[in-house]
Amino acid sequence: MTETAVIVGGGQAGAQAAVSLRQGGFTGRVVLIGDEPVLPYQRPPLSKTYLAGELAKERLFIKPAAFYDKINVERILGKTVSAIDSRQQVISLSSGQCLSYQHLILATGGRVRQLDCPGAGHPRVHYLRTLADVEAMQSEFTAGARMVVIGGGYVGLETAAVAVKHGLNVTLLVARPTPLGRVTSPEVGKFFEDVHRQAGVTLCCNTGVSAIEDDAGDGQVAAVVTDSGYRVLADVVVVGIGLLPNVELAESAGVACDDGITVDEYGRTSVGNIYAAGDCANHPNPIYGRRLRLESVQNAVDQGKTVAATICGKDKPYAQVPWFWSDQYDLKLQTAGINSGYDQALVRGDIASRSFAVFYLREGRLLAVDAINRPAEFVAARNILSKGLSVSAERLQDESIPAKALADQTDPLVTENTAPESAQLSAQSGVQKRSQSNAIKHDRVA
Amino acid sequence: MIKVTYIDHAGTAREIEVEEGVDLMDVAVDNLVPGIDGDCGGVAACATCHVHVDPAWQDKLPPMGEEEDAMLELADDRNENSRLACQLKASPELDGLILHTPIGQH
Repeated sequence: MTETAVIVGGGQAGAQAAVSLRQGGFTGRVVLIGDEPVLPYQRPPLSKTYLAGELAKERLFIKPAAFYDKINVERILGKTVSAIDSRQQVISLSSGQCLSYQHLILATGGRVRQLDCPGAGHPRVHYLRTLADVEAMQSEFTAGARMVVIGGGYVGLETAAVAVKHGLNVTLLVARPTPLGRVTSPEVGKFFEDVHRQAGVTLCCNTGVSAIEDDAGDGQVAAVVTDSGYRVLADVVVVGIGLLPNVELAESAGVACDDGITVDEYGRTSVGNIYAAGDCANHPNPIYGRRLRLESVQNAVDQGKTVAATICGKDKPYAQVPWFWSDQYDLKLQTAGINSGYDQALVRGDIASRSFAVFYLREGRLLAVDAINRPAEFVAARNILSKGLSVSAERLQDESIPAKALADQTDPLVTENTAPESAQLSAQSGVQKRSQSNAIKHDRVA
Repeated sequence: MIKVTYIDHAGTAREIEVEEGVDLMDVAVDNLVPGIDGDCGGVAACATCHVHVDPAWQDKLPPMGEEEDAMLELADDRNENSRLACQLKASPELDGLILHTPIGQH
């Protein structure tokens, strides 16, 4: 009998799993099911070049249709999976169709966290997760329009940057004391705050939203009411306040979930022959010695590869350094690693020059870097982290040493112990703080 | 039209006609050239479109940017002919260009 691998989720992780199954020699049927009516596409450009109108729609697609035909991957697009019967190994689609599987990959991604206040359903309120979301706001995305962006994460900042460059009048409301508060340090957050202000964005921190009112009763203008009592008029409102992992399908099939679908280092869930990958997967990371749920292209791609390898019998435990990027104005922020729990932030370079890196350490060991227009530091940190090297704080900050050479001199005593803390991968709340409050959201993928 | 030839690790050559200005990572993906991933979509953020440019063409290429140079440090088998395909655009000067693709990206 021919084996069938069914992939639920047509985003970056799902597409990668399909490709990697074939590359790994899987000869059975591969069926990719996506609830959006289009081929898997890249989400990062949605709040960057695609929103700016600088990228053609066809360039968003991860692979052309001919590619899937060539590697014999069936696509069922625009359909939702409504149930999994894990004993019979059958899934049902909302269309009534059923499909048997021997291997089931859940790459269900996440959905946007909705604004929860009176008037949140105003027709001018938009979210930014899907191609359809961008298309829905395009007619309102015109020079001179008033835009309020709610949320100081990557999506909010990138959207504000594109909009202000496009001639919109942008107000950005950030709930935390600085932008990017969930994922970076106050220093880097403050830097981006200044950058946006200089670019002409009206940016308010420590500002929540208490209601959206319909200004003239005709659905044309939204009035965003802040918790401090201001009323900001908007022709278009974009909300970027986080992502919720899509776990309901897994949960209803009895698959263990805890801030995402719980998987082991091979991408296996608690139920046999069911795997999970990407934004929805809560996984152990041996570099940090704890569980993570990440929303990123890197994680989606690498976990797609991991589950495919497991299914192909070429088990390769997932042990990647997380990395992220964000483009705003002339700035490229590249982050390697996870800084949570850092006790020291070292700036390399001059913040005012708009080209600098911040290294985050705990007990003298590197946890992460935020590199702003400093790709060499980003690359160096990825190498240091993936090899478990120990580089001194003095060295990291010493600009007379080229970034490329930072890892050349390490402390061999500490190097033996690669995990910053215990390498124990217990399932206990191991979930890092920010992933509970919805993750390292950036370059989101489904 | 401009001709670009991709030669994969097994020695199979694919000659592709492209329009001026297109990104040679995109061309590879669209034409199912093996060994090119392009995970970041062409913004020099991932180094998964590493190619070795045929030495005869090395001098005709636009100079490498600081970002590309840094990112290439992540690539396996980097040498003096290494480039990121996403940073190369088809141009009349590159008509006939030959790119060698690796067995896989890092």
